[in-house]
Amino acid sequence: MSAKGLPTEPAERRLVPPFTEEHEELRASLRRFVEGELRPHAEEWERERWVPNEMFARMGELGFFGLDYPEEYGGQGGDCLHSAVLAEEMARCGSGGVAASLGAHVTIATPPVWKFGTEDQKQRYVVPSIRGEKISALGITEPGAGSDVASLRTSAKKVDGGWVLNGEKCYITNGVRADFVVTAVRTGGEGHGGVSFVIVDTDQPGYQASKLEKMGWHASDTALISMQDVFVPEENLLGDEGGGFSLIMANFQWERLSMALGAVAAAQNVFDTTLAFAKEREAFGRPIGNFQAIRHKFAAMATTIEAGRALTYHALRLFAGGQDALQEVTMAKLKTQRDAFEVADECLQVYGGAGYMVEYGVERAARDARLGPIGGGTDEVMSEILGKTMGL
Amino acid sequence: MATTSVLKPDYEAKGDSFIFTDEHEQLRESIRSFVDKELAPHAEEWEETTFPDSVIHRMGELGFLGLDKPEEYGGQGGDYYTALVLAEEMARAGSGGLAMGVAVHTDMAMPPILAFGTDEQKEEWLIPAIRGEKILCLGITEPDAGSDVAGIKTRAVYDEANDEYVINGSKTYITNGHRADVIVLVTKTDAEAGYDGFSLFLVPMDAPGVIREKKLEKLGMHASDTALLAFQDVRVPASALLGEKGKGFYHIMWELQGERLIGAAGCVAGAQQAFDKTLEYAKEREAFGRPIGNFQAIRHKFAAMATKIEAARQLVYMTAWRFNNGEYPVREISMAKLYSAQVACEVTDECLQIHGGAGYMKEYGIERAWRDMRLNRIGAGTDEVMLDVIGRSYGL
Repeated sequence: MSAKGLPTEPAERRLVPPFTEEHEELRASLRRFVEGELRPHAEEWERERWVPNEMFARMGELGFFGLDYPEEYGGQGGDCLHSAVLAEEMARCGSGGVAASLGAHVTIATPPVWKFGTEDQKQRYVVPSIRGEKISALGITEPGAGSDVASLRTSAKKVDGGWVLNGEKCYITNGVRADFVVTAVRTGGEGHGGVSFVIVDTDQPGYQASKLEKMGWHASDTALISMQDVFVPEENLLGDEGGGFSLIMANFQWERLSMALGAVAAAQNVFDTTLAFAKEREAFGRPIGNFQAIRHKFAAMATTIEAGRALTYHALRLFAGGQDALQEVTMAKLKTQRDAFEVADECLQVYGGAGYMVEYGVERAARDARLGPIGGGTDEVMSEILGKTMGL
Repeated sequence: MATTSVLKPDYEAKGDSFIFTDEHEQLRESIRSFVDKELAPHAEEWEETTFPDSVIHRMGELGFLGLDKPEEYGGQGGDYYTALVLAEEMARAGSGGLAMGVAVHTDMAMPPILAFGTDEQKEEWLIPAIRGEKILCLGITEPDAGSDVAGIKTRAVYDEANDEYVINGSKTYITNGHRADVIVLVTKTDAEAGYDGFSLFLVPMDAPGVIREKKLEKLGMHASDTALLAFQDVRVPASALLGEKGKGFYHIMWELQGERLIGAAGCVAGAQQAFDKTLEYAKEREAFGRPIGNFQAIRHKFAAMATKIEAARQLVYMTAWRFNNGEYPVREISMAKLYSAQVACEVTDECLQIHGGAGYMKEYGIERAWRDMRLNRIGAGTDEVMLDVIGRSYGL
């Protein structure tokens, strides 16, 4: 501002906490990768219903799978803020399925092994996962048990030297391509206390996975897994026997926070694309963006996105500071998922007929975003959690 | 997580805030205890009578009117965040009209005097205003010009012979208009010059020709006085010009930004206040054999409200952080203003719903919050104006 207090040139935009310049360097290199190597292929991979396994190896090679792992395990020695940048930038690839497939590996499947695994398990599973040489999946949901984890039924029967698994898992991202699945099983009685985790090698006899067809997220493989007498060796028990529930809970916050970060970035991405469209596309003699009705749609969308970002960064700051941030993360997840879908749907509307066509990618953005309020704990489950934290 | 720690604004958890420090927390404590002891108990009575001028005097005495103003003028020399703290804590009084009356004094009328006033003007008006000895109001809106500031018709004509300006026109919806000692008045000094034809004046409210029409009756904000003012051949010396002649529009546009963000903080705090009260109610009030808060439909209402409130709060804080770090984030300020006002209205309406029949009664204060909050989507720039400002910032 001038001496008179008059607004002068808009001041330089600052990085909002918790991010610093260091994260921006990573962001720039991730953006180069996403725009150079993922985005151009997104449409093809959507059609093929498959992102090539080589992309896992490529991301491993570039070090993007080990951002918050120590260097002695092949990681980059960063922290969750670096992973947050990854979650944001991956959302810019233009395909929810590509982001989900590559993201599930690093965001939900490997972390439990890192947190609860033995040194041997880390060497066998985490190290090759960081390199992108092994692909992982997390297997919790079953046909009869989704958000209601306590009722899962896949059984693990103790045998000599390990366990034998029988049961079904569904909606498992990467379940078809995975080399190993971090799987929730029932080793004990009813309820939470009887749940344990084991690492299942998918080349074991009796393991079968088939692809499910979906509304969106086409580039990712989502599996129905059936296990018939699948053997798991003793040394693949992850964490304590009967301690599975706490293992699930341990990564929920990060998974949901990643989803919030991704949703805000995805919404921003489709907003930016649609804004450019609205400035070019003419109707009734002027760019459609110059009509007040459309201008206000953009203003409302931008406000929604910015409010979601503020809430998500708040949760991220607390989480990065070592707090569980249960309430803030849950709020961020709840707010941003439905928002991201609504923004994509509004963008579809701004595009009009073109938006309904596959070519512009906005219909894909809307379909992909629709999973947000369901995956990682439904909006209704988020509301339950929040209500409970208020003593209701 | 203990339920007691839940849904308290993040500033109550130590080290959680990226903008507030321990000093802000101490300030918050002292404002809070003042509000709880000296304002809240009278809120209902003041709805009938409007709040007394003594509130301003008392707040000046306690140093609350110049928190972010320089010490040389009697202020506390604090940063921008101290003004946010005041706005947040004032909401605890449960009277939107009271909070607005004080905010108009400290955050709407005071900033242009501080930014553009001469030493004499500051001596005459700013210092006593910070002390709470003189009360300020701001005159922008006219019967035919609200958000469309450019349509203002009040004229100030220079009388060279006497080195005076002669002011004619009218202003409406002027908060503090009846109690104020001086008005920061937006006038047109050059009808041909468009945006370059506006000038600000400090007009004493006891000057001959300043006519205070009757108090306007309103939907809410009953504790504040809202005036329709007429200016008939009001003569002020040339020294009453505030800032540069012809720069009035830019001066006022500048100051609206800070005010909007403070208003947004007030909305969030008002929503939180209604939420807290309603949560308590829902835990006590029983229906069908259990507290209504234990029904899933009600529980989810609370979850949704809490999420909106926190999102609005963080949007305000993030924007305040930018503002305090020297950015001039018009876009984000407009977003924060728009979103917070909408959230406050939605939340108070939902709180009314949860209270049921009781909420419709005066006794619980929820209907008052509902009525008070509704102004925020209109005052200081309507929702629609905010949407336009945001949309235009993207080149649309």
